[in-house]
Amino acid sequence: MAINWFKYSSPASFYFLAGKMIPLFTIAAVLLGVVGLYIGFFVAPTDFQQGEAYRIIFIHVPAAWMSMFLYVVMAVWSGIGLAFNTRLSSMIATAIAPTGAMFTFLALWTGALWGKPMWGTWWVWDARLTSELILLFLYIGFMSLQAAIDDPRRADKAGAMIALVGVVNIPIIYFSVKWWNTLHQGATVSVTQSPKMASTMLTGMLIMSIACWMYAIAVVLIRTRTIILERERHTVWVGELQGAAR
Amino acid sequence: MGRRIARGGAVIWASVSDFLNMGGYGFYVWGSYLVAFICIAGEIILVFNRKRTLLRHLSLIHQSTKQEKGNETTS
Repeated sequence: MAINWFKYSSPASFYFLAGKMIPLFTIAAVLLGVVGLYIGFFVAPTDFQQGEAYRIIFIHVPAAWMSMFLYVVMAVWSGIGLAFNTRLSSMIATAIAPTGAMFTFLALWTGALWGKPMWGTWWVWDARLTSELILLFLYIGFMSLQAAIDDPRRADKAGAMIALVGVVNIPIIYFSVKWWNTLHQGATVSVTQSPKMASTMLTGMLIMSIACWMYAIAVVLIRTRTIILERERHTVWVGELQGAAR
Repeated sequence: MGRRIARGGAVIWASVSDFLNMGGYGFYVWGSYLVAFICIAGEIILVFNRKRTLLRHLSLIHQSTKQEKGNETTS
């Protein structure tokens, strides 16, 4: 019996820990989002080259960063799940995928809306854009493969294979602007005017990025908790939880 | 364009319509933020829907097992 309890303690204890952490991350996401948008729209000055169109940066860059970070985090949890056969890490990986896909879509969407006025086109098949599109397909592939397999543990393992193989795409996205002559601009926001402008633009972008992180953590924790309940619904502790709730 | 750049580097929007116009890029800027908002709101709705559906399902299971146990004791 003691071994049995120990076996289930990991997802169960995580369930309660996550429940306590979700409000903190939600509050942080909302506060940082408000501050970041305020700086982005009311403090950061007009870009002398791009006018007001550059303000897309405050959602575009955080979304693009999140799309890559979340993929790496998802692959790491998948890999841990595959290597050590820990259920919780695979559940977290599964919970990350939809949020990662959402941010990838947003990066592509806002990029298209930024590309149209600046480059004169919604889309080009350049290295940065194409590799980011492949990232979206990797997320979709991960989710649909897992959805297609009934046994959750087998789905975890199959998904982990996609996630781990797809990691090779992340450095390709990141260095694409260096390796190839792309239409997409370089890695850093080059604001070569007064340092004051650079700092407020950069501050707004970084605060929005942290806000996106907080949001992603909060929503992934909520989804992980749901997945834990789904998979552990036949266990004693979930039964007790349901009993206590009424 | 009605906005001016103050000495401190801060943007001063002349009016609400000036703010919405975004120097002629309103469609692109607001198109980005509107879709971002829809995506995030949509994800939040979906994640809570999934949770609520599951909890309802679980409480039904719990209820039915409770009833079965109740039936066992009464019969």
